[in-house]
Amino acid sequence: MLLLFAAGVGTAGFRHQEYRIPLLPGEQQTVWQVEARIEYTALGGPTQIFLTLPPEQTGFRLLEGTGAAPGFGFDVDRNAEQRRAHWTKRHAEGQQALFYSLPVVEDPAQIVEPIPPGALIPPRWDEPYLTAARQVIDSLLPITADAHSMAVQLVNLMTSTPADQNMSLLKDRYDDPELLARLLTTAGIPARSVQVLLLEDGRRRQALMEHVQVWQGDRWRLYHPTTGPVPDSEKLLLWQTETPAVFEVIGGTSSRVTFSMISQDRSMLELAEESREPGFALSLYSLPIAEQGMFKLIMLLPVGALVVVFMRILVGVRTSGTFMPVLIALAFLQTDLLPGLASFILVVAFGLLIRSYLSSLNLLLVARIATLVILVIGIISVFSVVSYQLGLIGGLTITFFPMIILAWTIERMSIIWEEEGPKEVLLQGGGSLLVATLAFLLMDVGLVRHLAFNFPELHLAILALVMVIGRYTGYRLLELRRFASFEPR
Amino acid sequence: MNWISPWRLRRIGVLGMNRRNVAYISRYNDRSNYPLVDNKLKTKLMARKVGLRVPELLHTISTQHEIEDIAELLEHLNSFVIKPAQGSGGKGILVIRGRRPEGYVKSSGGIVDIAGIKRHLTNTISGLHSLGGRPDVAIIESLVETTDAFEAVSFEGVPDIRLIVFQGFPVMGMLRLATRESDGKANLHQGAVGVGLDIGTGQAIAAVQHNRLVRQHPDTNADLSRIQVPNWSSLLRLAASSYEATRLGYLGCDIVIDRHQGPLLLELNARPGLSIQIANNEGLLPRLRQVEALDSPFMSVQERVQEAMSWFGRSAGSGQEELWQGTEGQPATG
Ligand SMILES: Nc1ncnc2c1ncn2[C@@H]1O[C@H](COP(=O)(O)OP(=O)(O)O)[C@@H](O)[C@H]1O
Ligand SMILES: [Mg+2]
Repeated sequence: MLLLFAAGVGTAGFRHQEYRIPLLPGEQQTVWQVEARIEYTALGGPTQIFLTLPPEQTGFRLLEGTGAAPGFGFDVDRNAEQRRAHWTKRHAEGQQALFYSLPVVEDPAQIVEPIPPGALIPPRWDEPYLTAARQVIDSLLPITADAHSMAVQLVNLMTSTPADQNMSLLKDRYDDPELLARLLTTAGIPARSVQVLLLEDGRRRQALMEHVQVWQGDRWRLYHPTTGPVPDSEKLLLWQTETPAVFEVIGGTSSRVTFSMISQDRSMLELAEESREPGFALSLYSLPIAEQGMFKLIMLLPVGALVVVFMRILVGVRTSGTFMPVLIALAFLQTDLLPGLASFILVVAFGLLIRSYLSSLNLLLVARIATLVILVIGIISVFSVVSYQLGLIGGLTITFFPMIILAWTIERMSIIWEEEGPKEVLLQGGGSLLVATLAFLLMDVGLVRHLAFNFPELHLAILALVMVIGRYTGYRLLELRRFASFEPR
Repeated sequence: MNWISPWRLRRIGVLGMNRRNVAYISRYNDRSNYPLVDNKLKTKLMARKVGLRVPELLHTISTQHEIEDIAELLEHLNSFVIKPAQGSGGKGILVIRGRRPEGYVKSSGGIVDIAGIKRHLTNTISGLHSLGGRPDVAIIESLVETTDAFEAVSFEGVPDIRLIVFQGFPVMGMLRLATRESDGKANLHQGAVGVGLDIGTGQAIAAVQHNRLVRQHPDTNADLSRIQVPNWSSLLRLAASSYEATRLGYLGCDIVIDRHQGPLLLELNARPGLSIQIANNEGLLPRLRQVEALDSPFMSVQERVQEAMSWFGRSAGSGQEELWQGTEGQPATG
């Protein structure tokens, strides 16, 4: 039983962790729709375009992107060090525009193990830059302690006024990011220049920015070539780290890539659904919508059953029929509690009246129930019509009660009435309604519905609970009253 | 509103519904034996076969055809009882205690003619009085006449004695007296009076109605503390032998005492209720445990009855007076 419980909760926890199926309904996450736009002029022959796609990274979860363009063949090349989108066309001429759109979820829980740098290959310098670089590094070595301080000092030196002599010489020859990376590598610190995209809502036609990533022993840290370390709060999406170019066009000229993005808040559930990861393929979402709706109800049954077991075994409430209350509660889900209760009591009361007349006819059980079903239909139609005429739309909700539940309840109640008297009818009927109401209140909680449907494995835990309660041999709550007359001795 | 703490209940050793179901009924009662006790006809035939005394079975009626000829069958009977084989709670029991030129005399004194009896039989076999409305068989058996000992305390109908028989040991007993409120039926929750009985002697220990201690019968005003069940040990033997007959380890035996024939087995119950503890003002658990602790199960009926009488009997007068004392007609709870 413990095992069952652990299995249920464990699987749910695992799926939550692994596939980001939210534990709470309506949890929101920010999603960036990032769109890369590639423009170029085709030369009139076969053409191929490569666009480097961002790597998996900490803080962002990349969903499946789309890049299909009319007339172009499209696929994603996963063999390169970084994934690349790849468009191909046999014959293209003139101005072309290709789009790749990528939903990116901001997700602090997304952690990606950093890939450590390979063996450090010191860059080659030509004279006089070698000497200048040496001197810069040597001047900084005494006042730095680690990769971070070295990077900070280098950035300071690069931006200092008046400019350092060696530095201005180097800056004439190299771009800031490249220079920073080269100097660091020469100092024995793994560093590389990378392309990042600044995420800002509503921005269009943005270009990638070049930053420098410095290895700090356990992770890569991002530095801006002129302002230094980038704070974590800045929303920078790492786009390119490995391949030499962000994009590559074969068979075209005057190419350029720009980016636009918008952010939106979406429920996590929708996202999890969209990402269609294996955890979801196994879930009920793989069913057609109509069946899903039905299962949303069915998956609530165990919750109701748990309430019944609890109320009967631990509290000692008597109900008519073991799981009748659950079915009634299910009907309440569709009618809402108060109209449901009212119409239920009304119909059953009328049914009992009719039934008492039927019993004087001495019909056999089957015929009795059949007669009752027919009459219940009659009662319901009359109620519906009357309440509609009176403008009480609530009356219509009676129709949601499964006929059989009503007929059967009436039948049960009238048997109890005859066998044990009206008091027992009130007791058991009231007990049933009480349990049904409790079950309804529980099943109506959004969180419960959400969990029951999205984590079917939690039903294992319910199963375990039911079994544990089933082995309870202590006193029921109401027995403490029943046996209250025991004399102290 | 009165409540008792679970710890105190446990100290007293009161058996609760959950423990009864899990630790006794499902452990000691084999489901396949249930039909034997759920059907009074089967119980009766079985009892007859193994030699347990029961009210004599006169006729069984299962078809409409047999009902047509009923007048002939009843011709030479002065008194009889009609009941559904699968009835419960006294439903559908028609007690005829005599004949008049105009018809049959019911226990309540009313008259019913032969057409009325036929109607009752038709209803019975169609399942009107039976659990779940299943078609049923009507049993016609001989009338049990109240013994002198109960004459003063009985109200409408024969009192019956419920004994809990655990693995063949009668562990607790209670006399059930119908009241006006319970409509002549001996069901405690309908307002009948339950009188706890000393297993050792058959004397009344305490009496309850609606879970409250009482001293007098609410209708006849008879003093309940003076009740002494006659033929007590033969009654216990009858109950104890029903264990061999049914193989049900946890059994409720309903026994009536006939003026002429002595104790007769009326019906058996595989799920006997728990109110008997209230009437005895004592929990069942210590007694059940005492039987469970026993490791020689092969004891004769006689040995079991004697053991039970010495184990569960109360030495005369010890504290019992007090129980009756505080009950001068008013509730004595808490
Ligand atoms: N043969 C009988 N003679 C007299 N009274 C009877 C007889 N059988 C039943 N009764 C009365 O009817 C009551 C209920 O009978 P019982 O056989 O126990 O049926 P039930 O299962 O409905 O309780 C008994 O307590 C007794 O008072
Ligand atoms: Mg009975």
